[in-house]
Amino acid sequence: MIPPALVLATAFGYLLLLFAIAAFGDRRAAQGRSIIANPWIYALSWGVYCTGWTYFGSVERAVSGGVWFLPIYLGPMLAMFLAWIVVRKMVRIARTYRITSIADFIASRYGKSPLLAALVTVITVVGVLPYIALQLKAASAAYEVLAIGQGAERAAVWWADGTFYVALMLAAFSIVFGTRHLDLSERHEGLVAAVAFESAVKLIAFLAVGIFVTWGLFDGMGDLWRRAQELPELADLMRLDAQGPGSFGHTQWFAMTALAMLAVLLLPRQFQVMVVECTDENHIRRAAWLFPLYLLLINVFVLPVAVGGILIFGQGGADPETFVLALPMSQGATALALVVYIGGLSAVTGMLIVETIAIATMICNDLVMPALLRRKGFAARSSGDLTRLLLNIRRAAILFLLMLGYLYFRIAGAGHALVSIGLISFAAVAQFAPALFGGMYWRGGTRAGALAGMLGGALVWAYTLMLPSVAGAGWLPAGFLQAPFGLSFLAPEALFGLHGFDPLTHSLFWSMLVNISLYVGVSLAGAQSARDASQALLFVDVFRSTGAEPIFWRGRASIGDLRGLAVRLLGTDRAEALFRDHARETGLPADALTPDARLVDRIERQIAGAVGTASARVMVASVAQEEPLTIDDVVQILEEASQVRIYARELEEKSRKLEAATAELRALNEELKSLDQLKDDFMSSVTHELRTPLTSIRALAELMHDTPDIDPEERAEFIRIIVSESERLGRLVNQVLDLAKIEAGMAEWTSAEVDMRALAGDALRATAELFREKGALVRAHLPDEVPTVRSDADRLMQVLMNLLSNAAKFVPDTGGRVDLILRRHGNWLELRVQDNGPGVPPADRAAIFDKFRQAGEVASRPPGTGLGLPISREIVNNLGGEMWLEHQPDGGACFAFRLPIEQGGST
Amino acid sequence: MTARVLIADDEPNIVLSLQFMLKREGYEVLVARDGTEALETIRREMPRLVLLDGMMPGLSGFEVCEAVRADPALEGVRILMLTAKGRETDIARGTGAGVDDYVTKPFSTRELMARIRGMLA
Repeated sequence: MIPPALVLATAFGYLLLLFAIAAFGDRRAAQGRSIIANPWIYALSWGVYCTGWTYFGSVERAVSGGVWFLPIYLGPMLAMFLAWIVVRKMVRIARTYRITSIADFIASRYGKSPLLAALVTVITVVGVLPYIALQLKAASAAYEVLAIGQGAERAAVWWADGTFYVALMLAAFSIVFGTRHLDLSERHEGLVAAVAFESAVKLIAFLAVGIFVTWGLFDGMGDLWRRAQELPELADLMRLDAQGPGSFGHTQWFAMTALAMLAVLLLPRQFQVMVVECTDENHIRRAAWLFPLYLLLINVFVLPVAVGGILIFGQGGADPETFVLALPMSQGATALALVVYIGGLSAVTGMLIVETIAIATMICNDLVMPALLRRKGFAARSSGDLTRLLLNIRRAAILFLLMLGYLYFRIAGAGHALVSIGLISFAAVAQFAPALFGGMYWRGGTRAGALAGMLGGALVWAYTLMLPSVAGAGWLPAGFLQAPFGLSFLAPEALFGLHGFDPLTHSLFWSMLVNISLYVGVSLAGAQSARDASQALLFVDVFRSTGAEPIFWRGRASIGDLRGLAVRLLGTDRAEALFRDHARETGLPADALTPDARLVDRIERQIAGAVGTASARVMVASVAQEEPLTIDDVVQILEEASQVRIYARELEEKSRKLEAATAELRALNEELKSLDQLKDDFMSSVTHELRTPLTSIRALAELMHDTPDIDPEERAEFIRIIVSESERLGRLVNQVLDLAKIEAGMAEWTSAEVDMRALAGDALRATAELFREKGALVRAHLPDEVPTVRSDADRLMQVLMNLLSNAAKFVPDTGGRVDLILRRHGNWLELRVQDNGPGVPPADRAAIFDKFRQAGEVASRPPGTGLGLPISREIVNNLGGEMWLEHQPDGGACFAFRLPIEQGGST
Repeated sequence: MTARVLIADDEPNIVLSLQFMLKREGYEVLVARDGTEALETIRREMPRLVLLDGMMPGLSGFEVCEAVRADPALEGVRILMLTAKGRETDIARGTGAGVDDYVTKPFSTRELMARIRGMLA
């Protein structure tokens, strides 16, 4: 045994650690740096599904029924295939309409019915109570194994029973955990962080004990299996068709899988962590495969531990529910036992805290608040902060729930194994399924149908499952279960003579039959109210809403009343923020707000986060005069909304077009600016080019004029320079004008069949003198026959002359060589002028066709205007061809251009 | 003693005219074809006056001017900038570059000669 003080101290220390984590989570949330806003934490928090029932009960179930413990986990795994569709829709609806509990969800769908909310809450409380009792039982049993020893007698009176104090402590813990904040925001970041942490701890602890049993006590899985096969009662456990002590049928396999599938979505704590605490819809995608993985891991060692326990303790030698603790204890591994105990504590506290907080919220919002609101004057009272009252109601509800759970534990719990208790709760929450899923996907479901179905199903459940479980404790006459009131066809576990099913399948069959039939039947038979119809639209089409949702509210209200209501429930800060946001979105100044439907709807949604949708509606109704809606009104509002939606879309379209136009204008402006810049650059280049020869001309002329005795030779030189600089000026002016004309599209073009071969010959003859002066060798490579091109012969001559004279300028003074090559290239006629000069330096190649960009060092460059190549390129472009500079591997420049050969043209 | 004058310009014909003009007045004339060569010649020959073209390949006239002004050893060197109208003249007028005087191209030889005489007096 471990000293009780040590066990208690460890447990207490662990709870303190949880507090620290929760406090950290809350602080980070307040700073806007959420620690739970990631898919891993989110998926781990789903692990709250695995309670003390999993932790201790699975082994017990495996001992009694072999692999039959699995459906409880198979169901959720199957459910996860649908998570992206179903859970995401639930999250979107809950987020949009500020729904904070499953009661709220269902009630909101059916016209925000307070009656429906109350019914769901009552079913939840009654249904989940056994589950809470089960956790208390697990917690106390675990403590007993560690500190007291197996088989100790339960204390006869409650005040001497340790479990009572466990319940009290857990209540205190939950109260502090879940209702620490005065503000009633529906999300609890710190709580989720702590729960996720607990999920990790219980998984690790269970894996630890599994590994200890499998490899520590035995020789691995194979060894365990071999030994198990030697014991006949164990061999049966490994077979799917086992007819062992539990003797379950296949129908129950199906029933349990289906139940678990529903439970993982409908249990209050699952709804809390999956839907209410979801920070990002996209996390669902990851959680949908992480969560099944978690379930798989936590179940891996269930059978090994069960088999190991039976092998060591013998059948009936120890309570299988406590194998995970008893096995390490029996081997003296007390440290591991303590770790396992902490894991179990995690499983129990995680479930209790989240479940009681979730249900307490329902009790507060859907049972207590409506009762208070019915009291005259309560809702209309204009002063007083309600948040503290709400918190206290929730605290009391948590305490109430745990005490009730303890009561159930005292009355019925001792007689039942953990697993069968849990299934009762599963079957209870399954009654929400038709109304909830029907409501999400079927617009026809009505409030009356939901009420009838749920009430009917719940009554059948209570009669066929809850009652026998209580009867087992000896509260009812012995013969009642066989023939109540002397009528055997009313037997709770064989209704109308339906035999052959186990009690669970039997109950599920009848309750679901009644539930679904009533839901569908009553919905179809009765007329749908306007409020029902409008909420149905909002739920079913939640993914279609695009900003301009229809608001199904008409009536009158005053800003002052609305503000007062908001302040009472949200506090001054949040209320003011709400009005500010509304003013900003409507574009009105804060003091000119009108109490229109949109504002009322906004306030109602915000309040719904604090008190639930049904109560929020009642409270808003108490300060605003609502006009009842008819179905016609709903249709009209819908039409208006779709009209607004069309306008919004058109507006969006227009603003998009406007944006595109603006961007176009901006681009155009940039282009103009850069063109302007180009023009400025061009102007400054032109003036510079003009100024240089002018300066020489003026200076030389003045000097000759002022120096009468100038040497005749010098005079002749000066005059030669003046003439050549004048020519340069004239050429420059002509080229500038030429270029300007071509660029402006004002140049005149002739069009005729041009024989490029003849033209090249002419150009060569015209430039022959230039090359002779330089002593350069010119070679022409002209094919015998080339097709003519339709072009402007004079302009092409200008281009050829430019290229050839450039080549003449750049070839070396000795050994200069120029090649002119003409050839056909597909549909193009290509002409190249290649020289063996210095070539164009790499840095200048990109800009060689720009105006005034002569390549090479200025000092050594031959005279030229810097406009020849730009003009040539403009000409070729205008004639439908292109011009480029080609890289020459052996140095030298090669300018080339090509012109299109017209298809079908003469050759 | 004849003053030594450096002509720094990349246009051969302008250099030719300036050279003729200065030699006629009896100055000793040096020539540089770009900014780098100009700066080297200034450091080596310590001319009294530099006729500096504003826009030259390599170092521009203004960069040469700055380098000269930054060098305490070249304190006695005077600079007359030959500028194109527009931005260059604006800079020279602002004397931010440290020129002693400027003349815009195309210039009058008489006016230029008068200024040179004034600066060397």
